[in-house]
Amino acid sequence: MRLTCPLCGERDRREFYYQGDAVSLNRPSPEAGVDAWDDYVHLRDNPAGETRDMWQHEGGCGAWIVVTRNTVTHEVLGTALAGPAAGARI
Amino acid sequence: MEDVPVVELVAKSPCAGLLPMTVGEVTLSEVDLGVLTSVAPFKGQRKAASEALKEAHGMALPAPNRATGREQARAIWFGRDMALLAGPLPDTSLTRTAALTDQSDAWACVTLAGRPAEDVLARLVPVDMRAAHFKRGHTVRTQIMHMNGSITRIGAESFLILAFRAMAATLVHDLKQAMEGVAARG
Ligand SMILES: [Zn+2]
Repeated sequence: MRLTCPLCGERDRREFYYQGDAVSLNRPSPEAGVDAWDDYVHLRDNPAGETRDMWQHEGGCGAWIVVTRNTVTHEVLGTALAGPAAGARI
Repeated sequence: MEDVPVVELVAKSPCAGLLPMTVGEVTLSEVDLGVLTSVAPFKGQRKAASEALKEAHGMALPAPNRATGREQARAIWFGRDMALLAGPLPDTSLTRTAALTDQSDAWACVTLAGRPAEDVLARLVPVDMRAAHFKRGHTVRTQIMHMNGSITRIGAESFLILAFRAMAATLVHDLKQAMEGVAARG
């Protein structure tokens, strides 16, 4: 498996660390309330189709990368640096 | 007051006692790059930081996967929004636009040189290091065997490799094993 780091280019999977759903891009505000935080910390969708995950190019440039993939076809559809451009509210 | 004995302290280099080493046509040597400083531009200050670096040390901040400058004063791309200034003591003017961190004692720095140096790296590195793809002035953050490191092409047959200082012996061991493998195949 190969992933394209937006900075380094296409790299071997061994250089990457997988974190999980890209929910961490949209962390609720401290005052968002119990329901929003419960959702953020514990509740995940399990989509058949497109999903976004966080990977870190740990063995490379160190950047956090948002990888869009299809859980049905296993196709990797795109990668983006974590940050405002990837939809993060930071 | 009595005289206090002053001990003469001698700095020990990361690969002391391990290098240089030649196997077949490839030589692995330790190199003293001088002062190592990570330069991380503040948010929105990349251009200003690059201008400050140019003004103070003569080279722009490198784009991803590139190194600027030359021997004695290089700026090596070192990750997202970061470069490693290798050589000079960083000018204080740089602190206005970037976070500077002294990393001089943190890295083992070696050069791998010789006609089959690319073949040696091919055994350890999951990136194409051949000249057609990886030219002089190109750099990568990648893995050397199991370790994270930095590799820069500094000549037609030579590479500059940086790995964590605490892993210096592992770096030398892995490179030696690959050098022996390449030499054995002739
Ligand atoms: Zn990368």
